[in-house]
Amino acid sequence: MYLGPLVLTFVVGTVLIALYFIPNHAAQEVNAQLLLWATIVYAFALILGSVSLMGTHWRKIRLRAEGSFFSWVAIVALVATTLMGVVWGVAEKSPLDRFYNAVNSPLASTMFALLAFFIASAAFRAFRARNVEATLLLVTAVVMMIGRVSIGEFIWPGFPALTEWLLDVPNLAAKRAIAIGVGLGAISTALKIILGIERSYLGRQR
Amino acid sequence: MSLADRILRLDRRIIFILVALGTALPLLVPVNLPITVTPRVEAAYDTIDQLPAGSTVLFSLDYEPDVSAELQPMTVAIMRHCFRKNFKVVALTLYPAGPGLVEPAIRIAAEAEHKVRNKDYAFLGYKSGFQTVMIGMGESIRSQFPVDFYGTPLDSIPVMRGIRNYGEIALLVNLTASSAADYWIQFAVGRYRKPMVLGATAVMATDYYPYLSSKQLLGLIGGMKGAAEYEKRMDLFGDARRGMDAQSLVHVIVTLLVILGNVALFASRRGTGTR
Repeated sequence: MYLGPLVLTFVVGTVLIALYFIPNHAAQEVNAQLLLWATIVYAFALILGSVSLMGTHWRKIRLRAEGSFFSWVAIVALVATTLMGVVWGVAEKSPLDRFYNAVNSPLASTMFALLAFFIASAAFRAFRARNVEATLLLVTAVVMMIGRVSIGEFIWPGFPALTEWLLDVPNLAAKRAIAIGVGLGAISTALKIILGIERSYLGRQR
Repeated sequence: MSLADRILRLDRRIIFILVALGTALPLLVPVNLPITVTPRVEAAYDTIDQLPAGSTVLFSLDYEPDVSAELQPMTVAIMRHCFRKNFKVVALTLYPAGPGLVEPAIRIAAEAEHKVRNKDYAFLGYKSGFQTVMIGMGESIRSQFPVDFYGTPLDSIPVMRGIRNYGEIALLVNLTASSAADYWIQFAVGRYRKPMVLGATAVMATDYYPYLSSKQLLGLIGGMKGAAEYEKRMDLFGDARRGMDAQSLVHVIVTLLVILGNVALFASRRGTGTR
């Protein structure tokens, strides 16, 4: 019963990989057309996401679950912003633009700014020199925290060079190893999906 | 309870107050600490500065309000640099909440350098789908953005005349807080051989050092510090330089708290005789 989706995945996967490496103009035309289809699929994914969001919150409201008031807020905000954009457009000084600048932007910035407080509290409690590894992490964190801001150079002129070394040598080596590992993992997962070995995307384990 | 134990159980609200004061005071009473331009930012600046006259620079501004403190001043500073050099600027965003930030940033930079929309720059707006847009633009920018953010067909925009795909783009500047940078490196740099400069949030910047050593990135501007360095290189005094005093003081507070916590830990261990 899964033969259709499996064959489709195999064909699309192999064709797209092949097209990536074929510099021929006709091949690239086909590639561009397939990418256009993918863009349309992305647009539907946005609609699907909105419908799913509405469904989840509507269920909460119907069951009068705890915090269902916030589900009302989410639904009203979703419908209102969509209507604002569709009816009055998205240009400067449009209702959506004003709403974005007065509500969305400050809320998102505030949520992110709260991290500064929680990170400070977490750093105080977590950065403890309990063993050699933790001490190494602690010393590196302190050097980076001080060396990467203006006051670091003021305290000791060698801080910027030390932070640059940390980023250029140990950081670079670790990041490169991780990147190669992730790359190989991605190739292996892609091959497993294209060849039909990994089928969890079909929605059921077989 | 000993003093060391009291420090170890420090009420987190005290830490919150210290961080709040450390952020607010330098913004109210600026100290203007000195800023040194690091090699990565200098390389980014030089890459843009050395482009031939009349070049087209493509900006992909892939961020939302949560990271605007870091990336918005960066956008304004780099864009002003391009405008000063009389480059053609084409901007887009791959984030749905991006246009609300990107559009005013371009306007601020353009007004400061006396540049005009459609004549000197174009804002293409938002398009969903990272990889498909990036690869699609390699074939035709118009296939992905038939009209700009304001609904004007690209063929009617003077600055877009003759710009079909990456072939006419001299440099890609990506300012992002997400994996968009990885895709730009894979497709625009890897496949279409476009030179690229990256601006990223401070926490992300360390991830991209391997691409600097492989020359896939020609410059890297990291966080508010990187933006402040770029502003200094541009001889501007923008939001990033204003914010650096606050960031410095908060980092010092966190460092002192960490040191205090460790001293208290050792004192507490010595007091109880544990090792």
